[in-house]
Amino acid sequence: MDLLEYQGKQLFARHGLDVSAGKAVTSVEEAVVAAEQVGYPVVVKAQVLIGGRGKAGGVKLAANPEETREHAGKILGLDIRGHIVHKLWIEHASDIATEYYASVLLDRSAKQPLVIFSTEGGVEIEQIAEESPEKLVRHHVDSLKGLSRQEALQIAIDGGADDDVREGVADALVALYEVWDKEDATLAEINPLIVTPERQVKALDAKVSLDGNALFRHPENQDLSDTENEDPIERKAKEQGVQYVKLDGNIGILGNGAGLVMSTLDVVAQAGGQPANFLDAGGGSDAEKVKQAVELILANDAVKAVLFNIFGGITRCDEVAKGLIAAFGEIKPAVPFVVRLDGTNDVQGRTLLEEAKLPNVHSASTMNEAAEKVVELAKQTEGAGA
Amino acid sequence: MAVLVDNDTRLAVAGITGREGSFHALNNRRYGTNLVGGVTPGKGGQDVEGVPVFDSWADAMQATQPNTAMIFVPPRFAADSILEAAAAGVSLIIAITEGIPAHDELRVYNTLKRDHPGTRLVGPNCPGILSPGKASVGIIPASFFTPGNVGVVSRSGTLTYQIGNEIAQAGFGCSSIVGIGGDPVPGSSFVDILELFQADEETELIVLSGEIGGSAEEEAAEYIAESVTKPVVAYIAGFTAPPGKQMGHAGAIVSGSAGTAAAKARALEAKGVRVGRTPTEVAEIAVQMLGASSSSPVR
Repeated sequence: MDLLEYQGKQLFARHGLDVSAGKAVTSVEEAVVAAEQVGYPVVVKAQVLIGGRGKAGGVKLAANPEETREHAGKILGLDIRGHIVHKLWIEHASDIATEYYASVLLDRSAKQPLVIFSTEGGVEIEQIAEESPEKLVRHHVDSLKGLSRQEALQIAIDGGADDDVREGVADALVALYEVWDKEDATLAEINPLIVTPERQVKALDAKVSLDGNALFRHPENQDLSDTENEDPIERKAKEQGVQYVKLDGNIGILGNGAGLVMSTLDVVAQAGGQPANFLDAGGGSDAEKVKQAVELILANDAVKAVLFNIFGGITRCDEVAKGLIAAFGEIKPAVPFVVRLDGTNDVQGRTLLEEAKLPNVHSASTMNEAAEKVVELAKQTEGAGA
Repeated sequence: MAVLVDNDTRLAVAGITGREGSFHALNNRRYGTNLVGGVTPGKGGQDVEGVPVFDSWADAMQATQPNTAMIFVPPRFAADSILEAAAAGVSLIIAITEGIPAHDELRVYNTLKRDHPGTRLVGPNCPGILSPGKASVGIIPASFFTPGNVGVVSRSGTLTYQIGNEIAQAGFGCSSIVGIGGDPVPGSSFVDILELFQADEETELIVLSGEIGGSAEEEAAEYIAESVTKPVVAYIAGFTAPPGKQMGHAGAIVSGSAGTAAAKARALEAKGVRVGRTPTEVAEIAVQMLGASSSSPVR
C-alpha cells in the first residue's frame, strides 16, 4: 500500500523525524488559509503517487496569497502521467544547503532490512546508483536486533555526511528505521533528506509503502493511500476481496491462482491477443464469487471476449460452472466466453455447462487452445463493431 | 526415495480444528500420510475424527513425536505457531497460511536461522509438498499426479498443477512436487530444493517454475551452473504483467533488472537451462529430455 507524501510525512513525524509544518487541502480556498497558518513562503505540492511531480509543474513556491491562489488553482485537477491531482500539501518552504538520500527497505535476496544512504540526494539517485554505485552506502541490519545509534552513525560517516551533521543524519536514520520497523513498512524513503543553512537535518519528501497484510496491527493506517486515484473497478474488486488489475487490452481473463493467471496472460499475448485485466478468483471460489468476478470483468467496456482458465485444486470446477451459469442468468453478457476447466470436479463442471447451453460460450480442452480461440473471437467481435 | 515427505513422515497440523485445516489434514491422511496429531490452543484433549488435538506444540511433541508440521492457522498467529513448532523440535515445517505480514516472515526466517538451524521451513503461502504414492502434506490435488522421476519446484500452486498434469498426461510421473510459495521471504528458496533433488536418486529431471519479482530465479540459475548435474527445465510466468506500481527508487536500486520475467529467463538460459514459453512447452521439453535419457517412461 503506497502512501502519499503528506501521509508518509505524518508517519515520519510520529517517529521523531524532522519535517516542515504543513497542511493537506483539497481546494484553492483551503490552500490560502493553510498557507497563512504554516507561514510564507510556502511550497504548494501535488499529492499523487508518481515521481517527477516538479518537472510536470506539480510543485510551486508561493510568497503570498495571490501566488498560492494561482498555483493551487493550476495544480488541482492537473493530470500528472495519468494521476489526477485531488489533494495539495501546503508546506512552509525550507532553505536548502545540501541534499542527501536515505531509505530503508526489505531486501528479499538477503532476507534482511537494508539501509541505503548517499550524500548525492535529489532526483537523479537512480542514475547515481547505476553510474557510481560507490556513492551509495548499503548496510544490512540484523532485523532481530534493529538499527543501533552506533551503526547509524557509522553509515553517516561511511557515506561522507558533513562532519557537523553526522549526528543529525544518524538520528534521522534511526527514526527512519523505526518507521520501517514499527509501521510494518516495506519501503521508507527520503529523497531529498536536506541539510538547512542552520545545519538542521530534515525530510523534504516521503515515499512509504506499507504491508497490506499487517494492517490488522495498524487500524490507524487503514484509510491511507490515494483512494481518489484508484481505478473504480479495482476499488470494487478490493472491497470484494478479489485480486484484479486493469490492463489495456480487450480480452477479459479469469483464472485461479496468481501464477496461473499470469501464465494465462502470457499465453494469450503469445497467441496475438491483449489481456484487458488480471483477475485471480483465488482458491476455493464458490458460485457467488465467480458471478461477482464476471461482473467486474464486464464492467470494463473495452472487453470484447472473456477467457476462463481454471485448474481446480481447492477450487471446484462445478462451482465455477454454477457461477458462470448464474452470471449469465442475471447479466446476459453480450461478448463471447471461452471456458477451459480442468482439475477437481472438471467432468461435472463441463457437463453442467453443456446442459445449460449458454449462448456464445465455447469450451476448450487445453490452455493453448483456449487462448487461440479467445483471441480469434475478440477479433471477430471487434470487427463486428460490438 | 523422494524429498521432504515420504513414508517416514509423521504429520501434526496447527489449525486442525478449523474448517479448512481439518478438511485438508484429513485429505492428507486419506492419501496415506501418517497424521499423528493436531495443535489448537484451548482445544487440547479433543479429537478430529480420531486425531488427537493438543494445546501446544510441546504437548503434541511429547505425546506423538511428529517430524513434520503443517501450519494452517490464520495469518496473525502463524509466525508464533511456526516458531513454537521449531522450538518443540519439529524438523520440517510446511506453512500453507496466506497473508502473513512480511515483517513476521522476516522474524521467523532469521529466528530459525539463529536458534534452530536444523529446522527447515517451506512456505508460507505455498500449496505444500506431495510425493506421489507416499505422502501428501498440504493442498495439492494429489489425484493428478503419479509416482515417477520428475522433481517439480514452484512458487505458484495452480501453475504447478498445470505443468504436472501435462507431464502426467505424457506418461511420466513425479518424485516430489514442492511448492515454495510466492511471498517476499520464503523459508526455503529454489536453491534449497534444487540441492535436495540433485541428491535424490529417484529424481532424473527437475522442473523449476518461477514468476516475476525478487531474484530467486537468478540465484537458482547460478546454483544450477555450479552444482546441479541433472537436467533442469524452467518456466517463468509474468512476461506480459505490467510493471508493479513501483514506488520510489529503492526497489529498482536493489533488484537491478527489477525482477522481470525476461531478465529471469535470460539468466536461466545463460546458464544452459532450457526455458519453456508456455506450461505446455515446458512439459514437452521435459518429456523429450526424459525420453532421451531413459529407455522406458516410468509411470
